[in-house]
Amino acid sequence: MWSYTFRRVLATIPTLLAVITVCYLLLHLTPGGPFDGERKVSAAVLANLQAKYHLDLPLWQQYLYYIKSLLQGDLGASFRYADWSMNDLVGKALPVSAAIGGGAIVISLFIGVALGIVAALRQNSLIDYFVMLLGNIGGAFPSFVLGPVLVMVFAIGLEWLPAGGWDDFSLRYMVLPIALLVFINISTIGRVMRGSMIEVLGSNFIRTARAKGLPMRTIVLRHALKPALMPVVSVIGPLAISSITAAVVTETVFGLPGLGKLIVNGAANRDYTLVLGLVVLVTVITVVLNLLVDLAYALLDPKIRY
Amino acid sequence: MMQSKQKAMTAALDNSLADAAVEGRSLWRDARVRFFRNKAAVLSLIVLALITLACIFGPMVLPHTYEDTDWDAMGIAPTLANTHWFGTDALGRDLLVRCLIGGRISLMVGALATIASVALGIVWGASAGFIGGKVDSLMMRIVDMMYAVPYLLIAILMVTLLGRDFYLVVLTITVFSWMDMARVVRGQTLAIKSKEYVEAAHAIGVSTPKIIFRHIVPNLLGIVVIYTTVTVPGVILTESVLSFLGLGVQEPMTSWGVLIQDGAGVMDASPWILLFPAGLLSVTLYCANYIGDGLRDALDPKDR
Repeated sequence: MWSYTFRRVLATIPTLLAVITVCYLLLHLTPGGPFDGERKVSAAVLANLQAKYHLDLPLWQQYLYYIKSLLQGDLGASFRYADWSMNDLVGKALPVSAAIGGGAIVISLFIGVALGIVAALRQNSLIDYFVMLLGNIGGAFPSFVLGPVLVMVFAIGLEWLPAGGWDDFSLRYMVLPIALLVFINISTIGRVMRGSMIEVLGSNFIRTARAKGLPMRTIVLRHALKPALMPVVSVIGPLAISSITAAVVTETVFGLPGLGKLIVNGAANRDYTLVLGLVVLVTVITVVLNLLVDLAYALLDPKIRY
Repeated sequence: MMQSKQKAMTAALDNSLADAAVEGRSLWRDARVRFFRNKAAVLSLIVLALITLACIFGPMVLPHTYEDTDWDAMGIAPTLANTHWFGTDALGRDLLVRCLIGGRISLMVGALATIASVALGIVWGASAGFIGGKVDSLMMRIVDMMYAVPYLLIAILMVTLLGRDFYLVVLTITVFSWMDMARVVRGQTLAIKSKEYVEAAHAIGVSTPKIIFRHIVPNLLGIVVIYTTVTVPGVILTESVLSFLGLGVQEPMTSWGVLIQDGAGVMDASPWILLFPAGLLSVTLYCANYIGDGLRDALDPKDR
């Protein structure tokens, strides 16, 4: 297990380096530098500024400086938010995204697994059809269609909840965004759980458990649940990525001051360094999440030995 | 003894000749029959064809254009009276024509990015599968890496840096849509390469190009068709997300994502501006998914 962990951790390095390098080069392909603003600075000042930020060095040396500052945990500076370092901006935005995204994943895991189990136990029942329908809806109604529809119904029509905005982690403002993400996630989790539960329930050891007279409850919870959860664990990685994607949309729809909003605003303002820093940060988060999921998978499934 | 054996063989030969006289049923013919038996898939195909035709020809026939303001009818609800059947937006532009023009862009991006990513995926996957060894594992590592990347964010970065040109949007989407195809094609190529009939063809001296085109390509086609239909909705969705975030085509040109975003801004006062493009996009995605399912069922040889 330790050597597997070690190798798996090492394997993330090329991915991270590749993403950072490609993004960095893309950034340097674009014309214009950080100091070509409306106000011209004199040549001497420009030279000093460039020397301070190492912009006078060849590209590969600048790149090495960039990697070095990344390793020290410094994401760089924003072009537009003058008095803010990138780390300050991220420090304010990340908790918002984490609260929404993390809350949504935890809730949707519980609901999705429960729905999947019930659907598998009562095939062709109403709940089963509901789970299948959810899968269909999730495929055809993307988050940026469902989000506004939720707002239309619950904020404008019924006036139960605010249509958007953020008030220091007040629950009222978190309900709709989390509900939207949960809705999208349980369509995947429910379908996967249903499929794997049906498969596990058809296997020999379940028949043995039935034959020795165990109640269905015990069979499902003690014997079938753990192996049936394995495929669910394996979709958490892709789900985390799609949650980040969906977060960009949810935060735009509901006007939340999270990472997604920051990146979209940065893109709209052509704030290159901000977008680059955020992409690097989110890539690190996703790669680490994927790594954890892989390790959890190896830990949970005794059949996997690398 | 000898003679009776010979007789039996001749009889068997005759029988097999008689069998051969029965018309052969190709995989494709079977698939077509099965696909058209699937009512949901056929209905989806018809609806999708209608939407496509409407997007192509609608703007030519309708009396309004997508960018001109109708000063007498600004922000009006859907009405039969003055041919603004879907109503107009806040600037008085006819919503029906805008939806159809937006559909042109969305479907065109969908088609182009699908073609490009399918081509890239096939070439990548087939090369990896054929060449094998170190090259194969390197190529597949790159695919794995692409999967681990939060693609939407990189797409946002690319669009931010390179501009919002139509073809750049297509390119950006293509870059993140080819990996499924590459994986599947590689797997299938590996499987077919070691099949007995390929070995047999080698043994009787069929040339390599002929083996590729006679035996390997036809067997790849089924899975390519299936995964192409899976790619289409994904690609259309990505384009819509980018446009929704304000990173797709620019005003006054439009696409379904742009229209949905416009509509989301004014949905308390004029919900139809949101509902029409959202409905069109959802129906298109729904149909594309159903056609994909139908084709998978029709072409999956395991399902005979």
